[in-house]
Amino acid sequence: MSGHSTYQPQNAFMQWMERRLPIAGLVYSSFIVYPTPRNLNYWWTFGGILAFMLAAQIVTGVVLAMHYTPHVDLAFNSVEQIMRDVNYGWLLRYLHANGASMFFLAAYIHMFRGMYYGSYKEPREVLWILGVILLLLMIMTGFMGYVLPWGQMSFWAATVITNLFSAIPLVGESIVTWLWGGYSVGNPTLNRFYSLHYLLPFVIVGVVVLHVWALHMAGQNNPDGIEPKTEHDTVAFTPYATIKDAFFLVVFCILFAWFVFYIPNFLGHPDNYIPANPAVTPTHIVPEWYYLPFYAILRAIPNKLLGVMALGASIVILAFLPWLDTSKVRSARYRPLYRQFFWAFVIVCIGLGWLGSKPPEGNYVLFARIFTVYYFAYFLVILPVLGKVEKTKPLPNSIAEAVLLKGKPPLGAPAPPPPLAKA
Amino acid sequence: MSGAGGNRGRLHAGKLTQPAQVRLQAARSRRKLVAGGLTEQERDCTVTTMSSAEPTRRDFLYIATASVGAVGAAAALVPLIAQMNPDASTIAAGAPIEVDLSPIADGQVIKVFWRGKPIYVNHRTKKQIEEAENVDVAKLPDPQPDSARVKPGHSQWSVLIGICTHLGCIPIAHQGPYDGYFCPCHGSVYDTSGRIRQGPAPLNLALPPYEFLSDTKIRIG
Repeated sequence: MSGHSTYQPQNAFMQWMERRLPIAGLVYSSFIVYPTPRNLNYWWTFGGILAFMLAAQIVTGVVLAMHYTPHVDLAFNSVEQIMRDVNYGWLLRYLHANGASMFFLAAYIHMFRGMYYGSYKEPREVLWILGVILLLLMIMTGFMGYVLPWGQMSFWAATVITNLFSAIPLVGESIVTWLWGGYSVGNPTLNRFYSLHYLLPFVIVGVVVLHVWALHMAGQNNPDGIEPKTEHDTVAFTPYATIKDAFFLVVFCILFAWFVFYIPNFLGHPDNYIPANPAVTPTHIVPEWYYLPFYAILRAIPNKLLGVMALGASIVILAFLPWLDTSKVRSARYRPLYRQFFWAFVIVCIGLGWLGSKPPEGNYVLFARIFTVYYFAYFLVILPVLGKVEKTKPLPNSIAEAVLLKGKPPLGAPAPPPPLAKA
Repeated sequence: MSGAGGNRGRLHAGKLTQPAQVRLQAARSRRKLVAGGLTEQERDCTVTTMSSAEPTRRDFLYIATASVGAVGAAAALVPLIAQMNPDASTIAAGAPIEVDLSPIADGQVIKVFWRGKPIYVNHRTKKQIEEAENVDVAKLPDPQPDSARVKPGHSQWSVLIGICTHLGCIPIAHQGPYDGYFCPCHGSVYDTSGRIRQGPAPLNLALPPYEFLSDTKIRIG
């Protein structure tokens, strides 16, 4: 997307506007006529779903902020007041809390799609790294949001996670005191978390703009991993991608609504309905499900500092993916061996998540360590080596060919020799 | 890309075997191939605009989806807007209050709060009642007889919202030339009935909803 858009307004007012602030032209060229690979499947709808979830979280969050009080003596009750007294307060609270879970679910699926189809490869490295930054911002925002209700889990999660920084040699303790604004998690901590929790989503919006810009510079990847060559390889974004996105968004929202209306507390921890008590630590502190894999990695390492470093590394290593994966072939569709390691990686991530919810004893610890080894080995050993030794399947000549010859061998591939061939 | 079918030509080592070549020519002659290895028909499937005199199924689907979407968007707005209305605890806090009149002496004015608003309860003396009643109503800036501003049989009790109708300050009781209320902000003068007499305020002091539960008790709200 470079240069002026092809938007030619008929309406006189729009012509006037276009000359002064060409927003309509921008929307037109980016989301209406924008050439989109014609072979995109439903895994490509999650970007749009994430944008919707970000808007939903911001809207429900701003509205909840009208009724919430960020003071240690009043916060818990203000949330209960939202649930009981505020008109539709129960709905807004459940939408926001379950919305966070749905937000992370969509984000993980979006990332796994990127890993499977090689969407992080050249020229989309910066796009991918912006995505990693978005994940980090989401993790921070979600963590601080969870502290706000000031339940037992809120308080103790805040204590445990801020204490992670004490692992840093020399300056660790000072950093923790600085984060707390006191000698322990208290009112200053709650207040600043509230301020930052309100701020970060708008930072996320800014980075999303960069993310979509970077995407439009390179163009979308597609399930076959080959670049569009002719106009036959692409279709206009509207109505094809628009409708596909809208449809799957509706399906996604059905799942979202299922949680909100039927099992709104299923993903939460009952201990968070107990007001925070700084004197009593709950027996099993666990974060929300979307942090569990990282929590498992943290606990798998017996050394405090190394555990914290492993936790950080498990996210940061994603940023190096474009350079760790040495394969010239993008999409896992044409990388049969890679595919197996990839699915093993998915199972490892889910396994780590499950292990994170278990108490750190016995076989749980053993398996958490094994899975942590695989997690890092996947990035540091398997991907670099696989790219060099793997035998990939032949790529189709074009996207159009891949779409239209679905199931049949690509044109130009060596055909099995007929029985009476004369060379 | 040269020729029909472009880079289709090469199989192994750039050469087609004889039988394969024959088969390919036969296949090609059955369908006219265009750029990208597509048939004419397949290429046309990439055309996205269709002009048609009749409304098509696509038009119906677009309109139906947009309509349902509009209904959904409107429904989604309802809780977002409704949540700003007073919540149950605020409504409960704004419930009617009862005021006991027995401790209020003759000539005394007390101030109570209801729904965050100051309410003056004035136990008027006989002299104040007479002066309030003997007024040429037509000459008042906001004409209203005193009888319309008290409950029948209880003309010694004046219950008013103590918010100046000019810009909202609280007028001070037992002030001004009528021994009524005087607003210090811009000098509006009210009589004991709460009617505006002088100054910039346009209307008489408002009356809250209230009723007598007994001779010595009222419920405001």
